[in-house]
Amino acid sequence: MEAISHVVAAGLTGDEQKKANAAIGAGFAYGIAAIGPGIGIGYIVGKSVEAMARQPEAAGMVRTTMFLGIAFTEALALIGFVVFILIGL
Amino acid sequence: MTATPSPMVTRLEGAAPEVEVSRDMIRRGLIVGPVLIALCGVIWGMAGVSSSAYALVLVLGNFAIAAGLIAITARISLGLMMGAILFGYLIRLGILFLAVYLVKDAGWISRPALGLTIIVTHLGLLAWELKYVAASLAHPGLKPSRSH
Repeated sequence: MEAISHVVAAGLTGDEQKKANAAIGAGFAYGIAAIGPGIGIGYIVGKSVEAMARQPEAAGMVRTTMFLGIAFTEALALIGFVVFILIGL
Repeated sequence: MTATPSPMVTRLEGAAPEVEVSRDMIRRGLIVGPVLIALCGVIWGMAGVSSSAYALVLVLGNFAIAAGLIAITARISLGLMMGAILFGYLIRLGILFLAVYLVKDAGWISRPALGLTIIVTHLGLLAWELKYVAASLAHPGLKPSRSH
């Protein structure tokens, strides 16, 4: 609330207010979009390491699948990043 | 019953299939890249061409760094590999942000072209690569070529 009152007190014009809102929205878009893939990659890597430790002869296969899984999951963060570029950078 | 080896000490020797897959994706990216760059050039002009080329370099570099990190750290220990992948994710996002932030106000940058190329190249190359990945015990990386 204090931050909002600071903004009001600063007397922003309509355009400035719009830019400030876009910057806040972009920050949220990028930040929130990075959380999901972070959890997903952690889960993928954790399970892959478990699989490789249990069955080292299948490590190559697991590594390939893990790499592709990580890259696909990361695409979600990249979509958030692109939204961030387009609306608020 | 034998005990499961600890991931903190187990390490993986031998070939790195993710480097092979990543190299193949980069090769395909360099083949398809000019088409995407030309398309962006038609829509957004010269700014589209340069932005699209920049985004292509970022995406291919991202794949190369991700595969390199896994390959190097897997030779040391699986625990280190796990840490490197998770922190690598943060570091790569940070590098990507910095790379775009530094050029955001440059005259040769078109943001829609940059964003579109990042998403299309990343997802497109991954989906295309799935066709050529074997991921089997005999061929952990790519499928063997017909000439072999």
